Amino acid sequence: MPSWKEHIPSIGTLGPFLALLIACTFFSFQSEQFFTGANFSLILQQIMVVGLIAIGQTLIILTAGIDLSCGMVMALGGVVMTKVAHDFGLPPSLAIGLGLTVTAGFGLLNGLLVTRIKLPPFIVTLGTMNIAFAITQLYSGSQTITDLPASMTFLGNTFNLGQTQVAYGTVLMLVCYALSWIWLRETAAGRHIYAVGNNPEATRLTGIPTHRVILMVYVLAGLCYGVASLLSVARTGVGDPNAGQTENLDAITAVVLGGTSLFGGRGVVLGSLIGAMIVGVFRNGLTLMGVSSVYQILITGILVILAVATDQLSRKGGR
Amino acid sequence: MSPHPEHNALPLVIQAKGLVKRYGQVTALDGADFELRAGEILAVIGDNGAGKSSLIKALSGAITPDSGDIFLDGQSVCFKSPIEARRAGIETVYQDLAVAPAMTIAENLFMGREIRRTGLLGSLGFLDKKRMLNDSIAYMQELKIGIRSMTQAVETLSGGQRQGVAVARAAAFARHVVIMDEPTAALGVKEGNMVLELIRNVRDRGLPVVLISHNMPHVFEIADRIHVARLGRRAAVLNPKAITMSDAVAVMTGAMKPEDIPTEWLAH
Repeated sequence: MPSWKEHIPSIGTLGPFLALLIACTFFSFQSEQFFTGANFSLILQQIMVVGLIAIGQTLIILTAGIDLSCGMVMALGGVVMTKVAHDFGLPPSLAIGLGLTVTAGFGLLNGLLVTRIKLPPFIVTLGTMNIAFAITQLYSGSQTITDLPASMTFLGNTFNLGQTQVAYGTVLMLVCYALSWIWLRETAAGRHIYAVGNNPEATRLTGIPTHRVILMVYVLAGLCYGVASLLSVARTGVGDPNAGQTENLDAITAVVLGGTSLFGGRGVVLGSLIGAMIVGVFRNGLTLMGVSSVYQILITGILVILAVATDQLSRKGGR
Repeated sequence: MSPHPEHNALPLVIQAKGLVKRYGQVTALDGADFELRAGEILAVIGDNGAGKSSLIKALSGAITPDSGDIFLDGQSVCFKSPIEARRAGIETVYQDLAVAPAMTIAENLFMGREIRRTGLLGSLGFLDKKRMLNDSIAYMQELKIGIRSMTQAVETLSGGQRQGVAVARAAAFARHVVIMDEPTAALGVKEGNMVLELIRNVRDRGLPVVLISHNMPHVFEIADRIHVARLGRRAAVLNPKAITMSDAVAVMTGAMKPEDIPTEWLAH
């Protein structure tokens, strides 16, 4: 019989949450503005793009892969959906659909290269990162796309929850996290992703089509980046060809800080939300303290190494 | 060298005739025969390079022989992959503990054959975790594997218990045969004995077992018959009750020629 102890999350899952609490406590003492509803709503708005990219990135990292192209694909999606709406007057729903198709298409390309030609995900996505960036610049002529229809930026609007203004995009991000969490936990397809990351050979021998699982993961990740494009457009109000450059590595940072193992097969997608919040809280808190942005980058770097080191050491300890 | 057919009371579950497998210059299988009967534990022994693992790979679908025939319950079969063999009811437990370490015992037992819920949620791929959990508990009890909780990760188990999970999974889904490749090799004495007991339980539930092992005491402890592979062929099928370990080793190494083997050593 399962004992009650197994329903309590382990230290590994609680670690990121504790880190977030400690960071929040620290910044609350440093700045009076930090611990306010308005500031937390702002943090959530600041992380919604990275948060959505991190969902896709989590799926890929769970299969022991990595996607370096995520931010660039997101930027391309944003440019495509805004430019077709702006240049050809396409209805927003169609323009958004086209953007999602492009980002999912990049996911498919990554997935095919990983599963069919059996190239390492690191190399594949390093290549597609540059390709996506170049296409973004060429297609947009490195120009920001403005004058967008209001419905494309709707997710950037806010509603009042008590005293606090909450963006619709924040809600969408949280809904996406809830759905992907349930999907990964409760469905056969979700468990197969973990199985592939844990032991690909054993998984293949049980008859699970591992290549199809991996391909599906890259396409779904592409779709997540597409939704992130929409959030980025909504938040900034423009199609920005230079978007996604900090989000690219921030998304990987969020996943790793959230406790998902870079070796695959272990992790919880909600951890990536916590991870994204840790990154967001540090950025926001250090800004409120008046610390230069260079130090924010420095601290993010240290956090990533700490998180990966913890992952590595806990795996060794588990043997 | 074939056993006297008139003595074969029990039906053949797997029969292979004249299997040949070449890798360039190397002949791994040189006309190997194989017979597994219902309800028995058949040990396969042989020196390195005797064609023991090629034989097992051919039976489990990991390689396709260049020529020769394999019959499963009298039907001719030709497996292109381990998945095909598995679908036909032949389950293989691999040496390297083929489990997903971070996943639970129940998840490992049902991997690739998950039970879905009924209705709309089921068609969306939602799992009936409760049923899988209960089935796992019942199943592990039936095989007398003493593990308390099916929701603990496999990596928290000892090597023997992990092997127990792998064997239980194979036995749960095999319809015809369970093949075990060195299931006790990585284990200590106590754990090894636990796995032997488990193999007996599997046979007593009616599934024949093919056991590949280097461990002679283990082979003599549980095998009903011993298939000796040598030079890519079957040298003999020995009766462990009629011979000593050194006799078996003599046949295995070629110190005793197949034609010189006394008839009373042979298994019928």
